[in-house]
Amino acid sequence: MLHIVNKSATERSSLESCLRLATKGSAVLLIEDAVYAATNGNAAAAKIQAAAADLKIYALGPDLAARGMAGRVLGGVNVVDYGGFVDLVAEHSNCQSWL
Amino acid sequence: MSDMDEMDDGSGIVKKFMFLNRKAPHGTVYALEGLEVVLITAAFDQDVSMVFTDDGVYQLMKGIDTKGIEVKDFSKTYRALEGYDIEKLYVDQVSLDARGLTEDDLIVDVTVLSNDEMANLMAEQDVVISF
Amino acid sequence: MPMVNIAGKEVEVDEEGYLVDLSQWNEDIAKYMAVEEKVDLTDSHWEVVNFLREYYAEYQIAPAVRVLTKAIGKKLGPEKGNNKYLYELFPYGPAKQACKIAGLPKPTGCI
Repeated sequence: MLHIVNKSATERSSLESCLRLATKGSAVLLIEDAVYAATNGNAAAAKIQAAAADLKIYALGPDLAARGMAGRVLGGVNVVDYGGFVDLVAEHSNCQSWL
Repeated sequence: MSDMDEMDDGSGIVKKFMFLNRKAPHGTVYALEGLEVVLITAAFDQDVSMVFTDDGVYQLMKGIDTKGIEVKDFSKTYRALEGYDIEKLYVDQVSLDARGLTEDDLIVDVTVLSNDEMANLMAEQDVVISF
Repeated sequence: MPMVNIAGKEVEVDEEGYLVDLSQWNEDIAKYMAVEEKVDLTDSHWEVVNFLREYYAEYQIAPAVRVLTKAIGKKLGPEKGNNKYLYELFPYGPAKQACKIAGLPKPTGCI
């Protein structure tokens, strides 16, 4: 399963719910305002790092750049471009959006 | 534009207006809309404070590059506020801390307020407009 | 939105004649817009037009006229940073007309 989260973790509970319910080996792609969670010092960073043990965590590069966050990405988070986004969708048989 | 700029309603009453920004810049339209409202109402010569709390502090990040998502980079526009005589910019320390940010990460000069200072600033306003 | 042919190129403008894609701007477009606005472009006009383009590049907005006046005064001197001078150049409003010629959107808050 590919989980896609697009809401800020410091504003909504979608990331928290996603990380709680995503099963081992799943992929989590952070896009739009959700990318803030994958940056150094963010209140959600510890949760992301703990989750990275069991899940593959990705963040969309253009959304990081548009938020001034390109240089602040947490270790263990894979930054992908739009092509990588498409590949992730194609690689996984199903996909869940946490709107 | 010129009509509005030179308009004088004659009342001379100056109220304390706070524009409270609590949303990240691109995920919703609130940040850009809030900024435009501030620029428009700057013509009315009121006592305006612009406040950034919660994800709103992200609006002021340095180093924003929006080419990849093909939207306008309005972070530069915060630097025009001074020319519009909007000089009171306040940022919430608690919100910065929760996001691993410091004053140095921000594109404009701001006053960083502690929890109590922010609470008092909010309490003394005549009008608070939230975005 | 309407298309107009300027010096052999199709250019998109909005309902009020402002250039839609400011990256398309060139001197031909400025001259076309000036004719539309019944402004004879002189060096003094160009000085304001170029100032506006620099302001936009720096701040990503077209300034309100009072902000433009103040900023021009700072950069080009008080004899140019006043309403009389700017309205003589652009009788229907310096922000509105000069922005159009500079290929910028209508100033924020312009009514």
